[in-house]
Amino acid sequence: MTATTLTAPAAAAPPAERTLPLKTRLQRAERRKKLLHLALIAPLAVFLLLTFLWPIGALLKRSVDNPEVVGGLPATAAALAHWNGQGLPPASALAIFVKEMEGARGSTELASAAKRLNTEMTGYRSLIMKTARSLPLPDGSNLQEGLAAIDPRWSETRTWQVMARAGQPYTSYYLLAALDHAVDADGAIVAATEDQAIYLDVLGRTFWMSLVVTLCCLVLGFPLAYLLTSLPTRSSNLLMILVLLPFWTSILVRVASWIVLLQSGGLVNQALQALGLIDEPLQLVFNRLGVYIAMTHILLPFMILPLYSVMKGISPIYLRAAQSLGCPPFQSFWKVYFPQTLPGVFAGSLLVFILSMGYYITPALLGGPQEQMASYFIAFYTNETINWGMAAALSTVLLGATLLLYVVYSRYAGQGRNATKAR
Amino acid sequence: MHALKTIALAVCGILSCSSAMASELTLISFGGTNQKAQDKAFYQPFMKTSGNKILPGEYNGEQARVKAMVEARKVTWDVVEVESPELARGCEEGLYEKLDYSKIGGKDEFIGKAVTDCGIGFFVWSTLLAYNADKLKGAPTSWADFWDLKKFPGKRGMRKGAKFTLEIALLADGVKPDQVYKLLATKDGVDRAFKKLDQIKGSIQWWEAGAQPPQMLAAGDVVMSSAYNGRIATAQKEGKNLKMVWGGNIYDVESYAIPKGAPNRDLAYKYLQFSSKAENQQVFSGEIPYGPTNLKAAKGMPAQIAAELPTSAANIASALPSNTQFWVEHGEELEQRFNSWAAK
Repeated sequence: MTATTLTAPAAAAPPAERTLPLKTRLQRAERRKKLLHLALIAPLAVFLLLTFLWPIGALLKRSVDNPEVVGGLPATAAALAHWNGQGLPPASALAIFVKEMEGARGSTELASAAKRLNTEMTGYRSLIMKTARSLPLPDGSNLQEGLAAIDPRWSETRTWQVMARAGQPYTSYYLLAALDHAVDADGAIVAATEDQAIYLDVLGRTFWMSLVVTLCCLVLGFPLAYLLTSLPTRSSNLLMILVLLPFWTSILVRVASWIVLLQSGGLVNQALQALGLIDEPLQLVFNRLGVYIAMTHILLPFMILPLYSVMKGISPIYLRAAQSLGCPPFQSFWKVYFPQTLPGVFAGSLLVFILSMGYYITPALLGGPQEQMASYFIAFYTNETINWGMAAALSTVLLGATLLLYVVYSRYAGQGRNATKAR
Repeated sequence: MHALKTIALAVCGILSCSSAMASELTLISFGGTNQKAQDKAFYQPFMKTSGNKILPGEYNGEQARVKAMVEARKVTWDVVEVESPELARGCEEGLYEKLDYSKIGGKDEFIGKAVTDCGIGFFVWSTLLAYNADKLKGAPTSWADFWDLKKFPGKRGMRKGAKFTLEIALLADGVKPDQVYKLLATKDGVDRAFKKLDQIKGSIQWWEAGAQPPQMLAAGDVVMSSAYNGRIATAQKEGKNLKMVWGGNIYDVESYAIPKGAPNRDLAYKYLQFSSKAENQQVFSGEIPYGPTNLKAAKGMPAQIAAELPTSAANIASALPSNTQFWVEHGEELEQRFNSWAAK
């Protein structure tokens, strides 16, 4: 077999190649093979690039992109870039600003610049609109006084500082805001005031809730997966279908059914009241408990399936061997069986944790404001206020936090696996 | 013959023949009972009289969808139902066509709040206090009662968001309607509103969709709630014993707008003119008790229907008109503060 593959290309090759040493010819054949493999995976690679990496890259860029003021008032932005940020901008810059505002009046570019400025300083939108309407200034008047006459805010340094900052092509504003920070008048990074701070709490809450859901799934899923592996095939198949059936049902249907079950006049409360266990209906939904119940239910299959596939591969002989050598049942489970399931535990937990990090619809429908996770705010900025910079920045922070966690986790999990192998 | 026609239609679809496309108007609204009323009052008669087809669709007011279409220059919607602040923002940002009022019937035909650059208001709706008379002992009469946890124990429903919530808090705190937005524009006023909300924070259950309050009230999850008057009226028709308190209601106008670059602009204008006519708005108000914007529509309305509308003299007397400009300006800051407050 080897002989034929070696001689066949040699016979078919042109005369010049026949003189080449065997090593070179082998390398060429090898390279051709590699190219063929590359060509085979190329469609998938291109697909991934276009549908996965490129959108993520665009998203990351959007979180620092700052095109509004540069697009709406380009000359002013350029003029203010040379200003030192003290007092008021020089008369030349003011002249450029006034002239540009006159030209841009009523344009959509000016409106989006005004909207962008308004995110940094409330009231900037109407200031821009009012100023554009009031221009041009009377001939020969002093620009500074003329602008101050339209609105006294034009004689404040802060107004111009905000415009100078917003006039740069890239900004750290959104990313800082997504971490509850902002740049103050002196250019220093300061924490947001307490009544505006929210996203660090939200991020912490996202992590915490995901962790709780993962643990709940693990505690519920582990015995079930074990049961699935130890039952005879017929009954275990039936159980498996019961696990998978809700998995195939629409998530909205499942969430809506939980509302029906858990609401204060719902089946669970009615049953408990009929049994005389409680007098007043319990608050089971529209709070964190409801979100935990529903998310654990929805994500349970993602825990059970990896656990099951790993447990299926563990031979029961080990357990029997341990017990026959005098190891007590729990000890033999904990020391012999459990470590072998760790790859499944890690895979399942990672899957459930990362999926819960991005959960949106379940907390939105079953939780109160204290239960909303990062995705809720991403959707809020994307759909309601159309502040896509802020949405992108929050996504970037969430992505970064998830990746960081994944790196830490995979190290730890890798060590866990190595330890298992060593044993 | 039939097959030939199908093939011709398919080819037409691929080449997007203008003649075939022109007769279909894509009309997006908020869905639910409101859309049903629009269907009866506007869609059906419009299709009958003009011979054009209306393709109704739904959305939840996400301006991101309009923005994405307009920016990609692939607009498929012809007419969209929009709320006032979104309309004002979208108009400035160039998402919507500036309307030519001569094609609709002139600006003087309508109440002042309905006439804006990019949209024509087609009904007036109201946010008010609603309660379940079967579950609540006694009858609340104002937002101050909404705050009275002793007299009316139980959960309260409110819309999750700063808009209307802050106004209601100030009204409950005894602020006169004409002072509400002046106060909210100051830091002290906002602080005062949040402080007032703190008093009942633990008893509030937040809702997001207009269909939720009647459902929560009927199920007994809350004893009273802020709600849209039309939704409560519909629940009343279905036999639920829900009651409305008109004192201190907040009203706003809902408009139709044409996205920039809409494929059937002329037909869209025809529809706007049709839905702005007094007689058609009267039918709409009869279906769902939202007030007409056409000044002539108020006349000749049956008294029983008129009394239920946000535009009736008795109901509008103590009402607070929602201030669109205020929310365009302060919306982002206040919503952020609200989110931060609510999440703690």
